[in-house]
Amino acid sequence: MKKFDKERLLLAAAGPVMALVAAILLTSVVLLVSGRSPIEPYVIMGEQLAFSDVQVLIVNQASLYYIAALAVALGFRMNLFNIGVDGQYRLAAMMTAVVGANIALPAFLQIPLLLLVAVLTGAFWAGIAGVLKVTRGVSEVVATIMLNSIATALILYLTQADTWGVQVGNNRTTGEMHTSGWIPGIDLGPDVGEVYGLVFLAVVLGVLYWLVLNRTRFGFDLRASGQSPEAAKASGADAKRMTLTAMLISGGVAGLSGLPLLLGDAHTYDLSFPATLGFTAIGIALLGRNHPGGIALAALLWAFLDKASQALDYAQPEPYEKEIAMIMQGVIVFAVVISYEVVRVWGLRRQQKRVGEELAAAAAAAAGTSDKGDKTEKEVAAR
Amino acid sequence: MCAIDASSSPPQTERATAVELAGITKRFPGVVANHDIRLRVHEGTVHALVGENGAGKSTLMKILYGMQKPDEGTITVGGTRVSFSSPADAIARGIGMVHQHFMLADNLTVLENVVLGSEKLHGIGGAARRRILEISERYGLGVRPDALVEDLGVADRQRVEILKVLYRGARILILDEPTAVLVPQEVDALFDNLRELTSEGLSVIFISHKLGEVLSVADDITVIRRGTTVGTADPKQTTARKLAEMMVGSQLPTPETAESTVTDRPVLTVDSLRLEAEGGRAVLDDITFTIHAGEVLGLAGVEGNGQTELIDALIGLRPADSGAIHLEGEEITSWATRRRREAGIGYIPEDRHRHALLLDSPLWENRILGHVTEAPNAKGFWLDPKGAQADTRRIVAEYDVRTPGIDVTAGSLSGGNQQKLIVGREMSHAPRFLIAAHPTRGVDVGAQAAIWDVIREARREGLAVLLISADLDELIGLSDTLRVIYNGRLVADADPSSITSEELGSAMTGAAAGHLEHTEAPSAASTAPAAPEDEAR
Repeated sequence: MKKFDKERLLLAAAGPVMALVAAILLTSVVLLVSGRSPIEPYVIMGEQLAFSDVQVLIVNQASLYYIAALAVALGFRMNLFNIGVDGQYRLAAMMTAVVGANIALPAFLQIPLLLLVAVLTGAFWAGIAGVLKVTRGVSEVVATIMLNSIATALILYLTQADTWGVQVGNNRTTGEMHTSGWIPGIDLGPDVGEVYGLVFLAVVLGVLYWLVLNRTRFGFDLRASGQSPEAAKASGADAKRMTLTAMLISGGVAGLSGLPLLLGDAHTYDLSFPATLGFTAIGIALLGRNHPGGIALAALLWAFLDKASQALDYAQPEPYEKEIAMIMQGVIVFAVVISYEVVRVWGLRRQQKRVGEELAAAAAAAAGTSDKGDKTEKEVAAR
Repeated sequence: MCAIDASSSPPQTERATAVELAGITKRFPGVVANHDIRLRVHEGTVHALVGENGAGKSTLMKILYGMQKPDEGTITVGGTRVSFSSPADAIARGIGMVHQHFMLADNLTVLENVVLGSEKLHGIGGAARRRILEISERYGLGVRPDALVEDLGVADRQRVEILKVLYRGARILILDEPTAVLVPQEVDALFDNLRELTSEGLSVIFISHKLGEVLSVADDITVIRRGTTVGTADPKQTTARKLAEMMVGSQLPTPETAESTVTDRPVLTVDSLRLEAEGGRAVLDDITFTIHAGEVLGLAGVEGNGQTELIDALIGLRPADSGAIHLEGEEITSWATRRRREAGIGYIPEDRHRHALLLDSPLWENRILGHVTEAPNAKGFWLDPKGAQADTRRIVAEYDVRTPGIDVTAGSLSGGNQQKLIVGREMSHAPRFLIAAHPTRGVDVGAQAAIWDVIREARREGLAVLLISADLDELIGLSDTLRVIYNGRLVADADPSSITSEELGSAMTGAAAGHLEHTEAPSAASTAPAAPEDEAR
């Protein structure tokens, strides 16, 4: 059985590795075409890894990506494409900030309250798409895209000064949150910076994700529904309830993804809060193959490309465009989709060939021992 | 039967070979593959390829049409060896396929449908229209190029499909079950078209399992059984009965059960069950039956007469519109699927790939499927992978599932071994009532015997079984009681100890109803396996 596991591991790793290699090669081609060094930018970005302040930035950024990507991956495992993680995350972050700015409880109540608000807001927003799908058959892709736009408009409305917002110069904010809702980070010194306290929330969510999917009855039903809705239904899983539950959980997790930043650093929701996190998360979930470990690596890689590429602007003797990293990220998403399909087909062929060989061997053995006459022999062989 | 003398076919002289398949072997996990298939089609003839469902006909045709590559063997078209990697290659060699399910765009005209994808041949305007009319006239197809496809009937659409293939220059036409969708008059018209084609020197490969039709239209017949060619026949000299024997094989193990184990304790009682399709048409009506402990109730019927709907209603996938279902006195009509399964309803579905397996998951996860809430798969809220794995090993050993281990994916097992795993899984939860739909379809002989043994053994221990099968010998051999379903109603019942396949078959077409009495036939039908009825599907 060891051999088989090794093969599975190989197949699992082959996709992302191929995608990364393709991305690096294609980006190098772009650099060459524009008459630049095809290697130096990687060296510069690699060097950044040695700086501990960059490391902190990467880990902090990765925690946001990781939680959002878990939300996407959860949908993927159920064959649902929750493209609305972005809207769910932004709306949840804003609501949390509003609650945090207007309610002041002791920290041991305030922080659970804020987490709860975030989860419920995200779940509510995703739940709308879930209900529409279950009751009216509306594709969750369409519904969540629409809900993203609605969330944008809703946030603009709610952060107006005469609703719940506070105007600070040109910026619309929700006002500063009460300090009891701040989550202290791990201070690594003045030159290095702070690691968000909620990085640990990301780790816990990753463990929970694995546990729920692989070790609970609910997770089994969810995976079965994603793999084969028909078989899951015949096995007794309630397809509609599974769809709605998966959407709710995905939205709830999405709601949490802005909190490491909000509670750890920003303490207010304003126009500068990172947008498109939810879309980036789709690429990360894809690259990580919906596996909690894989997603963690992918989130770190993405954060590294984000943060290390900043140094390209200051490169000596002449700066590189930091958009090189964006090209890489884009190519990775493309290459991942293609390379996974290639690896899947290749793996399938290998498996079929192996089984075919085994069958042929068995058939030969059967033909040798069978003495029941020509026809029966053929029947066995034709299996 | 409706065997018509094949006098209308062209005279059999020595003809050139249009296409020849030799030694075709295709191995495929999970399904009956092709093994050493030989087929020679002469120019200007209709060559029928007959075989049961799942015998490997469609795999073979996919290979000939370039949709799949054979593992071994050669394809020769017009004397040259060819290798197809896509249907486009096959079309370039003059091979065209008319699929069972038409591939036409409803909102386009016939002309647009025909030129779609082949715009380079004759453009999309006047030249194409002229060419279409020319082909239509030449072969008597009567196609109107400017009609909208959505306005056409089934037979007209089929002619458009045939024309599409001819337009692309096909000299060899593959027709996959072309008569399945046609009424008898349309079938006759189609056969006239086919004769026009062959008289012009084209060849037709006609896939079917309707033996009467095959005998009336074909010039040559090749029979496929369990993935390999078992012989050829001359339609002038053979009979439907002989063909059926070749198709089914005369050496099948007999599914006979010994002494009756039927008790008088009712396990499953269905009372006036009615199920409606959208729009209120009844797909099941007034279904009433009782299955006792230790009883196998066999349900005979042509496919599509309500069997699938009945299974869905019993397992809880479709709610009954009226009527009641009781399991050992307890009303379960409104229960969800999971509750029914927990209560002891075992389910061997008709389509194991779609309904009983997660093909990409390891065997031990498949062992959990359908019983995720029950021991040894779960402890309360949590799964118990260790328990499930240990029990999977037990099933693999006890039910002789041939596999290198329990971590391989279900999709990589052969059909027979997949089915043994499913049977083992369902029997492991001590069911009170088992739904067995086509339990041995597409399964090799050895697995077939093993599955029959399991059902017999469980019956002896008091299991109630609803057996649905297209294999009438299996049905007669295993059942204690027989019912015939026709058009959503139970129309007839019969005693399996005296009834023959022929008598059962006529009730399946709606020709007979009520209690079927065996009328003593002359000695013939006593030992030889009976021919599956012509319309059996």
